[in-house]
Amino acid sequence: MSGFTAPEIAWGPMVPVLVVLLAAVVGVLVEAFVPAARRRTVQLVLTLASLAGALLAVAALWSGVERTGGTDVLGGSLVVDGPTLVLQATIALLALLSTLIFADRVAGGEDAFAPSAAAVPGSDYEELARSKGLRQTEVFPLLLFATGGMMIFPATTDLLTLFVALEVLSLPLYLLSGMGRRRRLLSQEASMKYFLLGAFISAVMLFGIGLLYGYAGSLRYADIAAATATPNGLEGLLVVGALLLLAGLFFKVGAVPFHMWTPDVYQGAPTPVTAFMAACTKVAAFGALLRVVYGMLPGMAWDLEVVLWVVAILTMVVGTVAALVQTDVKRLLAYSSIAHAGFVLTGVVALDDSGITAVLFYLLAYGAATVGAFGLVSLVREQGTGGDEAPAVLGEATRLPQWAGLGRSHPVVAVTFTLFLLSFAGIPLTAGFVGKFAVFSAAVEGGAWQLALVGVLASAAAAFFYVRIIVLMFFTESHDATDAGHAEVSSLASGTTAGAADGADPVRVPVAVATAEAERTTRTVVVGGEGLTVVAVAVCAAITVVLGVAPSPVLDAIASVGVLLP
Amino acid sequence: MHTLISLTAPAVLPAVDPVVAAPEWSGGQAAVWLVALPLLSAAVLLLLGRRADRWGHWLGVLASAGAFVVGVVLLLAVLGQPAGQRVHDVHLATWLDAGALSIDAGLRVDPLSLTFVLLVTFVGTLIHVYSVAYMEHDAARRRFFAYLNLFVAAMLLLVLADSYVLLFVGWEGVGLASYLLIGFWNHHTPYAVAAKKAFVANRIGDVGLLVAMGLLFATFGSLDFATVEAGAVSGDVSQGTLTAIGLMLLLAACGKSAQFPLQSWLGDAMAGPTPVSALIHAATMVTAGVYLIIRSGAVFTAAPTAQLVVAIVGAITLLFGAIVGCAKDDIKKALAASTMSQIGYMVLAAGLGPIGYAFAIFHLVTHGFFKAGMFLGAGSVMHGMDDQVDMRRFGGLGRYMKITYFTFMAGWLAILGIPPFAGFFSKDKIIEAAFVPVDGQPWRAWVFGGVALVGAGITAFYMSRLFFMTFEGQKRWSRKKDGSEQHPHESPALMTWPMIVLAVGSVGLGWVLSSVGFVEWLEPSVGHAEHGEPVLAVPVLIGLTLVAVALGLVLAWRHYAVSTVPVTPPLGTVVTRAARVDLYQDAVNDALLVAPGQYLTRSLVYGDKAVVDGAVTGVARATVGVGDVVRRVQNGFARSYAAVMVVGVVALAVVVLAVRG
Repeated sequence: MSGFTAPEIAWGPMVPVLVVLLAAVVGVLVEAFVPAARRRTVQLVLTLASLAGALLAVAALWSGVERTGGTDVLGGSLVVDGPTLVLQATIALLALLSTLIFADRVAGGEDAFAPSAAAVPGSDYEELARSKGLRQTEVFPLLLFATGGMMIFPATTDLLTLFVALEVLSLPLYLLSGMGRRRRLLSQEASMKYFLLGAFISAVMLFGIGLLYGYAGSLRYADIAAATATPNGLEGLLVVGALLLLAGLFFKVGAVPFHMWTPDVYQGAPTPVTAFMAACTKVAAFGALLRVVYGMLPGMAWDLEVVLWVVAILTMVVGTVAALVQTDVKRLLAYSSIAHAGFVLTGVVALDDSGITAVLFYLLAYGAATVGAFGLVSLVREQGTGGDEAPAVLGEATRLPQWAGLGRSHPVVAVTFTLFLLSFAGIPLTAGFVGKFAVFSAAVEGGAWQLALVGVLASAAAAFFYVRIIVLMFFTESHDATDAGHAEVSSLASGTTAGAADGADPVRVPVAVATAEAERTTRTVVVGGEGLTVVAVAVCAAITVVLGVAPSPVLDAIASVGVLLP
Repeated sequence: MHTLISLTAPAVLPAVDPVVAAPEWSGGQAAVWLVALPLLSAAVLLLLGRRADRWGHWLGVLASAGAFVVGVVLLLAVLGQPAGQRVHDVHLATWLDAGALSIDAGLRVDPLSLTFVLLVTFVGTLIHVYSVAYMEHDAARRRFFAYLNLFVAAMLLLVLADSYVLLFVGWEGVGLASYLLIGFWNHHTPYAVAAKKAFVANRIGDVGLLVAMGLLFATFGSLDFATVEAGAVSGDVSQGTLTAIGLMLLLAACGKSAQFPLQSWLGDAMAGPTPVSALIHAATMVTAGVYLIIRSGAVFTAAPTAQLVVAIVGAITLLFGAIVGCAKDDIKKALAASTMSQIGYMVLAAGLGPIGYAFAIFHLVTHGFFKAGMFLGAGSVMHGMDDQVDMRRFGGLGRYMKITYFTFMAGWLAILGIPPFAGFFSKDKIIEAAFVPVDGQPWRAWVFGGVALVGAGITAFYMSRLFFMTFEGQKRWSRKKDGSEQHPHESPALMTWPMIVLAVGSVGLGWVLSSVGFVEWLEPSVGHAEHGEPVLAVPVLIGLTLVAVALGLVLAWRHYAVSTVPVTPPLGTVVTRAARVDLYQDAVNDALLVAPGQYLTRSLVYGDKAVVDGAVTGVARATVGVGDVVRRVQNGFARSYAAVMVVGVVALAVVVLAVRG
């Protein structure tokens, strides 16, 4: 018997991932050993430093990858090639910006997270935790764990690692979704739903992986791709397996018909978490999808093309149509993110190199606008007006009518938000336009001009609801929330927990709580926080403008490394 | 920024090699300033905020005037070159470059774009000056000038772009500026609604332009004018593709230029401040569609079907606008209908092929002068009459506002086409060109020529009606809003001087331009057209046109100058009533476009509400109807979400297996 031989491990290319995951582990230790008073500072510095470190590591690896095309480490579990680096850099950057939003606090030291996530909503213990000023600084290591998973997810060419990465990125997100300081039951409901559906789809995906293994006898993408070249009579396994695997990835990108968790979770989760997962999860999942579609399944492209087409069209149409009737900013942005998933899918369908570049660029553009937009949402708050007590800044004002007249009272906020909306809508001179142009022309080049046509039509229709918000902010008088009255507030609050749709179900509690919370008359204010969110939003705005006006350097850089290793 | 000059062959000649290296031409750098000056000014005005309130409007005027000076310098530079070398494509920067996808930002300086540059900056500067006085009492005057500058920059970018992509940027830019300016007084809800309507109509047009761009890119692999022109004349592209591109471009033009069937927004757009109506909705932006068609002349020449549709759309709009104009009592809306109709003439001319291109532009320029002048006149009247716009409440104003009276008269005679006023030289040429048979098909000559001729008569009627109701006849003034008597007075010098300058243009521009060879000057851009023979002799045509105009004029004189004009509009005939409501255009729009859309959204909202209310009152079970589907699906239950996913997987599996067969 030969002894155990330690595998050769090239540590260098793994540094970006390792930095983040190590920092996450250290973060857990920080919770245990650093005094409570200094924990937040230490965690924040650690998180920002590790994400910045990951960015630096990517930059250090760049020229090597540009020269050699990339390497694979750990026997293909991790492939460090151009797209991997671009995706890891994008994820690290967006996570860094999200961290700033995570950490921001309004006057009084309240951040977006529950003082003690374990406390029963509305209980005395919760009130005690609040008055003692407790904080859940665990959110930072959770964010790092999720980020680490996201950075592995698109970088692997091994189905088992893919699955592990999926769980590593998902579990912290389930937890984070349930930690909202305000509307806690809504937040917990979102967390629960996300978890249940995520677990469900994980099982589906795992089943798919099993079938693929049964077909090819290997978990490596390249082996499966090679196996598809020679018919062996088990094609049924292959098709169903691939479909189930894709279903899992579609779930993560929020593509129709696997999108239904998105609005509920995006709305219920604390806004910083929404910003983080809307941007980073989508980047990671599309990266993984690219690698699966380009690397594993090109042999069966003909069969899967129809799936990608159907899903892409459905996603664009449903996302756009549903967004048209939303009355809540977060929900609207959620549906808009669904529509965007459809636009990116058109680029994936292209199945050529320009498609890869286009998708990577689109993800960066979309991510920056998303983090920025949700960051701004976290700053627009309700403020009590009633009584003689000092008006307290309450939760976020997410109902659309509350945004009326923001252009007059807070022009800078409104203009910045408009910039992100224009980018979402794909108006020229914003990053979103270049991204849309790139994916649609990639789709046309790849022969999918019908898809591009649907995309153009959908984005034209989508412009309506973005413009509706712009009109609302600039051209509509803000009517005091007082006369909005109890009825509207309560109905909207309950609309968010539509679980009570049938009336007979006893899912009433969140309704009651939300109603009670909103019963006080409020007006809309913009809080500055500690300036961290402002910095994040400013960076996102700068990215959106720079990528819109002068996209060439970034497009060139992406194109120069935009080839997937098998 | 490095400048690389390339010369292209004239539009309709087969371009042998579109990128011939040419000696360095310094005009490229200067052309950038045309766009940059007003853009910088707009940025300064918006960023400085209230600090710029005291002097901001003069900065706006200066930026526009500066752009005009640059335009004149460029004109002299281009005039100094032989006719064959007057088309310059100036490469500025590579905007996007990724693999097969490469978009260059560049400007095209040629006789066509220079004509527009001079029109936009000259008329624009006059209107800037006018606005200084007109908007004096408006607290947000600085913002107004920022938007005006923004508009000028976007419009110049639109006409200077050397590719459809950059043109699209300018196209969206003018749309945005127009939206901001129409809704400038957005504290009035109807104004905000009007702004929205204009926005929606323009978006429909934009879809056309986007689809056209997609088709162009798919067909020619590039979106710059030079490549498209060379490709279209090469004959390698199928007739069907070119026709589709042409029709999509026409749709874009219809949205922007308020042509049938997207014309309804122009009348409502009059809600904006009057200088805006003069600049954007008379002289410049609304003519962008005509520009687009003529700039894409090579495509239309190669697609005769699309060209015929252009002419038909122009002819319909021409009559439509004229008929609507006869019934409007709101002075600005009557002028808007007239703009629509005059642009119909231009589109008709553009649809006649190369023979009409130069005349379309000619009419566009003269129209820019006389219509802007009349709008400014209308603004002056409103200024003197406490913002009254109902012509039935005017009358006899000529005696009180001499300058406005005479400048307006110049514009009126020009639009009527009375020799030697400007419109005579441009509009009669279009009528003449419309009477030339195309491809040996005399029916087209008779139909289009006939429409153009009848249109001239109707134009004479409604413009004379407008003029007489406002300036002649008895006083029919209402009281001011505060209840005091009306005291019409002449406007301040800052307002009257621009009107005077435009009036001089209305009088003499047609003669000047036709004697300096304007049509030949445009040839490098729009191509040379052989002179065709009209089906009737030219003197006969001129005579017929003048008779039609005279008939319209006399009819209007009898009705609105000599006899008493009732203060409340009479019931009128069926036609009048239809014309008053834009020939039921809004109703048609409602039935065809708005209602189904609203029904759909309402059903969805209804469904949403049903869910929401149901949660509170427990009556959601009663919910029926379309919204049911939405409610059932997005109901908040994790179990049904999971079920949908399962159904989705199964459905996809079925699709795949079905396709595998």
